Amino acid sequence: MNRLVTRFFDTVVPPLILLIVAVGAWEAYIAWYNVKPYLLPTPRAVAMALVTKAPQLTHAVLFTGAAAGLGFLASLVVGTLVAFVFSQSRWIRAAGYPYAIFLQTVPIVAIAPLIIRWFGNGFQSVVVVAFILSLFPILANATAGLTSLNHDLADLFRLYNASRWQTLLKLRLPSAVPSIITGARTASGLAVVGAIVGEFFAGYGTKRYGLGFLMQVTIDQLQTDYLFATVMVSTLFGVGIFALVNLAGGAILQRWYDLPR
Amino acid sequence: MPVDDFAQPLIQAIDCGVAFAPGSAVLEGVDLAIASGEFVSIVGPSGCGKSTFLRIVAGLVAPSSGEVLVSGSRPEKARRGAAPMAFVFQDPTLLPWRTVADNLQLPGELQSSLPRLAPPDVLALLERVGLKPDDARKRPRELSGGMRMRVSLARAMATNPKLLLLDEPFAALDDVLRQQLNEELARLWQADGWTGLFVTHNVSEAVFLSQRVLVMSSRPGRFVADVRVPFAYPRSFALRGDPEFARVTAEIGHVLREVLR
Repeated sequence: MNRLVTRFFDTVVPPLILLIVAVGAWEAYIAWYNVKPYLLPTPRAVAMALVTKAPQLTHAVLFTGAAAGLGFLASLVVGTLVAFVFSQSRWIRAAGYPYAIFLQTVPIVAIAPLIIRWFGNGFQSVVVVAFILSLFPILANATAGLTSLNHDLADLFRLYNASRWQTLLKLRLPSAVPSIITGARTASGLAVVGAIVGEFFAGYGTKRYGLGFLMQVTIDQLQTDYLFATVMVSTLFGVGIFALVNLAGGAILQRWYDLPR
Repeated sequence: MPVDDFAQPLIQAIDCGVAFAPGSAVLEGVDLAIASGEFVSIVGPSGCGKSTFLRIVAGLVAPSSGEVLVSGSRPEKARRGAAPMAFVFQDPTLLPWRTVADNLQLPGELQSSLPRLAPPDVLALLERVGLKPDDARKRPRELSGGMRMRVSLARAMATNPKLLLLDEPFAALDDVLRQQLNEELARLWQADGWTGLFVTHNVSEAVFLSQRVLVMSSRPGRFVADVRVPFAYPRSFALRGDPEFARVTAEIGHVLREVLR
């Protein structure tokens, strides 16, 4: 109990104090210089927007969350499958890996409009952008995990004349899980970013919309307090997704692997 | 065909050599014959190639020159039929995501000719290596180093091997535990009658366990001495205090010193 209290004071109190100071300074700055609300809203206006626009923000979070979640799951499955193929031969790896790196270096803002042209204006395109952005970390980590094997375990499998398939399913894949989790941690945050970026280009309309769409509309309409509220929710949502994946990954590592979280 | 067993050693090395790179031989001119049912240890300085020799016998490494035969055929062939083998590594090489019971099932899953274990078989194996029935459900991370090594031994026993190859299995354990496991390993050998080939750099361990101790020279390794160990089995802790035990140990230690000079 005592330790929990100490931890609370060590980890929660300092950022809280900084927040209060920053919000106070922000409020004072606006009052002192008489800043226009469309340039910088007061913290109170942002808080009000958070409350009054709560239904819209919730809707947007669910929508963006669905797109990011689907994109993330797709990259988890596809990334692991492609890594399977990569792990089967050095030659395939050498041939394919440079193109995999393109995934990471391609400016997503430039190809997002193309993706919308190919996949249509809507939810599916947003999923594709989230997928493309989150694929590389999983692919890279899964490939590393599948190709780096404990030598003695590999010898043990050879001694019992294990087939290629048996070695893949019973040794390589389970050995790669910790690496895949590492990739998934990075990928989860990128999937959220990807979904929001995708929504900038694939505006759904007034019935179905996500956080990216809200950001664009509020910028256009100079509703800066609403924009701030949306950005705050987006950030918290990203942190939430990251924490969720982290927690799930940590639980798996602790339960099945002799590894720290 | 018992006549065959007398005529032909179980393991036969004829002018065997290994070089992983040209001009730097690991083993050179290794000749050896081990009869079925013998317990033989190999001692030698670090890096002399004794582990490599063990891997050749297991069919995990191919000799560059000469040949090694097990039951009259190449090791890869022998281990599938005439001479089922088990290998115990210095690391227990358990799969961390499997329970102890599932780890014991691994050889049978990989190679269909090996026995599948029923639950009573698992319990019997655990008892043989000094583990409790409760341990069957545990995962490796819940076990101590000594217990993991016992599971590793049980996994080897599970396959009813004709040949058991051990590569410094107790090197990472403390001395008391090492001595206990020496006694238990000698007891298992006496009960089952497999052929044992044990690599270690601990001379008294080699003498305690074996009928013969082979001394290997520094790289390129070859056998420079073949010392008979005259003690009867079962061997107990008391043997370690026997003056004759001290004499044989010193004799082998002397050869090792000569080799290192």
